[in-house]
Amino acid sequence: MLRLEGIGKRFGGLTALSGITFSVIEGSITGIIGPNGAGKTTLFNVATGIYPPSEGAVLLGEKNISALPPERRARIGLVRTFQNIELFGKMTVLENVMVGLHTQSKCGFLACSLRMPWQMSEERRIREKALEWLDFVGIPDLADVEAGALPFGKGRLLEIARAMALEPKILLMDEPAAGLNSRETAELAELIKKIRDLGVTVALVEHDMDLVMDICDQIVVLNLGTMLAQGTPREIQENPEVIAAYLGESED
Amino acid sequence: MAKKKKVALKSDKIKFLVFCLVVLLAPLPFAKGYLSNVLIFVGVNSMLALGLNLLLGYAGQISLGQAAFFGLGAYGSGVLTTQFTMNPWLAMVLVAVSVALFAFLIGFPVLKLKGHYLAMATLGVGIIANIAFNETVDLTGGPSGLSGIPNLSIGGFTFDNDLKNYYLVWGFALVAILLSLNLVNSRVGRGLRAIHDSEVAARVMGVNARIMKVQVFTFSALISALAGSLYAHVVTFISPTSFSFAVSVELLTMVVIGGLGSVYGSILGALLLTLLPELLRAFQDFDIIVYGLLLISMTIYLPGGLVRGIPELFRRLVPARRGNA
Repeated sequence: MLRLEGIGKRFGGLTALSGITFSVIEGSITGIIGPNGAGKTTLFNVATGIYPPSEGAVLLGEKNISALPPERRARIGLVRTFQNIELFGKMTVLENVMVGLHTQSKCGFLACSLRMPWQMSEERRIREKALEWLDFVGIPDLADVEAGALPFGKGRLLEIARAMALEPKILLMDEPAAGLNSRETAELAELIKKIRDLGVTVALVEHDMDLVMDICDQIVVLNLGTMLAQGTPREIQENPEVIAAYLGESED
Repeated sequence: MAKKKKVALKSDKIKFLVFCLVVLLAPLPFAKGYLSNVLIFVGVNSMLALGLNLLLGYAGQISLGQAAFFGLGAYGSGVLTTQFTMNPWLAMVLVAVSVALFAFLIGFPVLKLKGHYLAMATLGVGIIANIAFNETVDLTGGPSGLSGIPNLSIGGFTFDNDLKNYYLVWGFALVAILLSLNLVNSRVGRGLRAIHDSEVAARVMGVNARIMKVQVFTFSALISALAGSLYAHVVTFISPTSFSFAVSVELLTMVVIGGLGSVYGSILGALLLTLLPELLRAFQDFDIIVYGLLLISMTIYLPGGLVRGIPELFRRLVPARRGNA
């Protein structure tokens, strides 16, 4: 589904990433873990086109998408959420999701300003779909609330609803459990499985090991901008290099 | 939920109709007076403020060069109808399309810039345009202005007095307001507001921020150019001072005072700032200082503008009645 080939990223003299190569298998949940500063978020930014890679290629299916801007990647099914939720704070919850339906509607400046009949019906369709997605994440009652006023946990759910509205092929989630309490995290795990069951491939960066071990089919471990290990949750848990990176070198 | 939205749509329509009615009846008390002349300029300024507000209040992109598009509209119509005796309506359309095209072309490089850099670039556009109005003496008459611009007419009906011109200008303004209201509550409007709140998130959601910014810039220039053409035909004499940097600042003040991101706020700001100089004649030469003070105090005390500040004030003054509704 998504394949990263030899990704490297330098900021001036600082090498943030080098030689990252792995595939996210269609229909699976892949977890990307690593200590702070390992380059996880940078990797997401490269994958979604916010930064161009210094070297290597990003492939979606067979297509090399390394040169596409984020909005083009979104259109072909690569969507992400953000670590510090990036909602449109001055818009309502429903409107936020309706922005997520931007790619699935097409009325432009002229049709919108003249309020053409087909624009009205498109608007209705978008509104209904947006409500369905709010329902999907479990916050339909918050539709008319201003997004900036949401508590953090609900904001996270809204961000997921907004991303799902694009009907992505692959959803990249940057620390979806950050800032959530344990009950919210458990609900999030269920939601992520529900998303996978819809046929959406999921890749997530996460620090919450219980969550990662619980839901991921595959785990990639980054350390200091390089790949340390890749495998199933069980393999990763038993990998001595991973344990060393997290807990420091052991004596023996 | 869907029902709620329908009610909201209906109340939007009623609001607009009430507004139309107010516009229709406003000049009647002073049909022949000086004030109905001022109300014409409220109409012109409303169009200009609206254009800027779509750009700044909705898409979050500043422009300090709106007076350039206003001036290009006015001079375009003025020059074509006096020097080339072109039909005024044809000239108006031709000028509006050319100015929009011009904005579209400069929009691509200019709107790549953000924040202060964008302000500086648009400021530059405004200043270059003003220099052009002053220096192309053969066409524009230079600093001494261009006179003898004809009034508009349809068939045998000429817009030759204040009242007629009032309805002419406000007819255009109301159309601009209606189109803008439609726009901001649509897919395009949501895209623009999304860009304002978080450009990165908007792009990741598939919103083509670059194109949308250029489109709204073009639309804003189009409205401003039309306002310029109308202005030229109403006052029949134009000179470069009407399209100077000070005018761009005045427009900015209107939008901030009325309410960023509010269509009606633009009109309220235009109304207040058009009437204000008339009320503060003593300050005439220092008006820019008054605008500066207004801008500063508004951004500190009422960042949402009057259109949001006044209802807020009411809520504070009568808290008991609203209770916990």
